[in-house]
Amino acid sequence: MAIAEHPSAYPARRPDRLGAAIARQGTAFWVAAALLLLMPLLVSSFWLVQILAYAMILGMIALSLMFLAGYGGIVSLVQMTVAALAGYVVAIFGHSAITQISLGWPWWAAVIVAVLIATAFGTLSGALSVRTEGIYTIMITLAIASAFYYLTLQNYTVFNGFSGFNGITPPVFLGVDWGENIPFYYLVLGCSALACWAVVYVARAPFGLALQGTRDNPRRMAALGFDVTAHKIAAYAFASALAAFAGVLLVWYQRQISPGTGGVGPVVDILIIAVVGGLSRPIGPFIGALVYVLLRTFSLDLLEWVGLDGKRFQLLIGLGFLVIVLFSPDGLIGIWRRITERARRSREARAAQMRIGGDAPGGTP
Amino acid sequence: MSRAMSRDSSLAVASERLAAAGSANALELRGVSRLFGALAALSDITLSVRPGERRAVLGSNGAGKTTLFNCITGDFPPTSGIIRFFGEDVTAFPPQERIRRGLRRTYQISSLFTGLSVLDNVYLACRGVSRSRFSLLRPRRDDALMAAAEGLVEAVHLSAVRDQLVGELAYGQQRQLEIALALSGAPRFILFDEPAAGLSPTERRDLVHILTSLPAHIGYIIIEHDMDVALRVVESVTMMHNGRIFKEGRPEEIETDPEVQELYLGGGHG
Ligand SMILES: Nc1ncnc2c1ncn2[C@@H]1O[C@H](COP(=O)(O)OP(=O)(O)OP(=O)(O)O)[C@@H](O)[C@H]1O
Ligand SMILES: [Mg+2]
Repeated sequence: MAIAEHPSAYPARRPDRLGAAIARQGTAFWVAAALLLLMPLLVSSFWLVQILAYAMILGMIALSLMFLAGYGGIVSLVQMTVAALAGYVVAIFGHSAITQISLGWPWWAAVIVAVLIATAFGTLSGALSVRTEGIYTIMITLAIASAFYYLTLQNYTVFNGFSGFNGITPPVFLGVDWGENIPFYYLVLGCSALACWAVVYVARAPFGLALQGTRDNPRRMAALGFDVTAHKIAAYAFASALAAFAGVLLVWYQRQISPGTGGVGPVVDILIIAVVGGLSRPIGPFIGALVYVLLRTFSLDLLEWVGLDGKRFQLLIGLGFLVIVLFSPDGLIGIWRRITERARRSREARAAQMRIGGDAPGGTP
Repeated sequence: MSRAMSRDSSLAVASERLAAAGSANALELRGVSRLFGALAALSDITLSVRPGERRAVLGSNGAGKTTLFNCITGDFPPTSGIIRFFGEDVTAFPPQERIRRGLRRTYQISSLFTGLSVLDNVYLACRGVSRSRFSLLRPRRDDALMAAAEGLVEAVHLSAVRDQLVGELAYGQQRQLEIALALSGAPRFILFDEPAAGLSPTERRDLVHILTSLPAHIGYIIIEHDMDVALRVVESVTMMHNGRIFKEGRPEEIETDPEVQELYLGGGHG
């Protein structure tokens, strides 16, 4: 499995840090940023919310897995469950159509409680599974995820069982109804950018650096004074906070939440999204999520167009997963990197040829 | 109330530790054994080293020297026996707890972070023994630990390759970096596992210089096959064979001991 690269840079020791930072990101970054910001002018509200905002929310949940897997070498299947729990807590403490359960707290209080509870839950799951490795971590976290699924399915007093909660709406504040398409898009975009930035920043902070150390050489880390177990649990806490925020956005997006949100299907989908996108960079999970949402949305038409049953979109996703994992261990960003690398090399080769060609007349005696 | 009490008791623990450290040996092993299955890699080792003392451990391949280090640091806990570090019983402590009390080690086979730069490796080592090892904030330009790390890189003559990835370094440079990691923080006692192995003559001279110019309060044990290095930088020697100590003495005694000559120096290492 691909792992995240070691970040090596410490704060730029240059005086013009802003300018340097802008230059460092490269053109592709700024083009993408401008496109994302102008998106409401370019596409319909269906694309804005159903495709892009949804993809970014799933991307944030997968980002929390990318942080654990890429920097810590920890493959946790509990991230979707953390998000679902945060969504449930928003419904339980805030407003929903199920008034006999929902407490009706103001939205911000419900969000704070949701993030705290879901982060604590994720940290606890981490503490339970942190001493295991590889496949055993996957098994334990999968067991926790399915336990949570059955709990929500069978418990009616708190989770309202099979039907869950509906009638949950994004809040109105600063005079904006964040449930409307364009504000919701910008809300999700802002949160995703923040989450991405947080992961990039922390990866280069001592905490993230040490996390990568525990991934590469746990024994030496202990011999340098680090508590490897505690460090991994702290990584779960950070990742779970990310997933919890994403879970709040998810319940605002869906406007309802039921056991299916944290079912085994979505739990595994997050793993697929992260791996298909690529685990070596924070942008990977977002690309994976976009591909996933596009496939999910349009595979029905596509499959029916070629004469297959439209409900088989999982088949398409599964096949895509297989192909990408077979051909690029670093997911879609790995493919992208190989393409740009090849383009750069052929450009250099051409430039070198031209230089030789240019030199030749003067060079021949 | 309870917090005040716990502060009192932690104060008591600290002062106890200080009092113990004042009189205690830097390192004290009592009847330490380590089994690997049926193999006794260490049998009944009893050893004490004074604070600031510098000692060599010599012995043929497989004598149990590295295993001795692994037991002292907790990489592998001993099967039986007691280990005290400055008077404190650390036998049940995990490695990081021992390291935070001032113990350090180098590895016979370099154990570095090959995907990180030289400076990052040393910076990580400085962070590991500081309280801010969980910091989510990136170091500022005037970060004290970063300055300390730069100083250590300088001390082992690696400033020129400071920003290079460790995986790209020459073998000798990686060995130097091993030493820098062991010098981070405020070490009180260091275990060097064959630091000179594979070094060029110049690098060996540098190594001897680093060892002899360590502050006097820092003691160490050095495992070294090269007598020229080993006997020049220590004041006492422990000879090991088949997991047991069979002789202790001053370097000049050991050098001329007939039994040692036969068992060790005659064994192809001379
Ligand atoms: N992790 C382990 N598992 C099983 N056996 C081990 C392990 N580590 C060491 N041994 C065995 O213990 C014995 C002592 O090994 P040790 O590495 O301590 O020797 P040494 O004195 O350091 O030798 P060298 O000079 O080759 O480094 C050897 O027989 C070795 O095979
Ligand atoms: Mg050895």
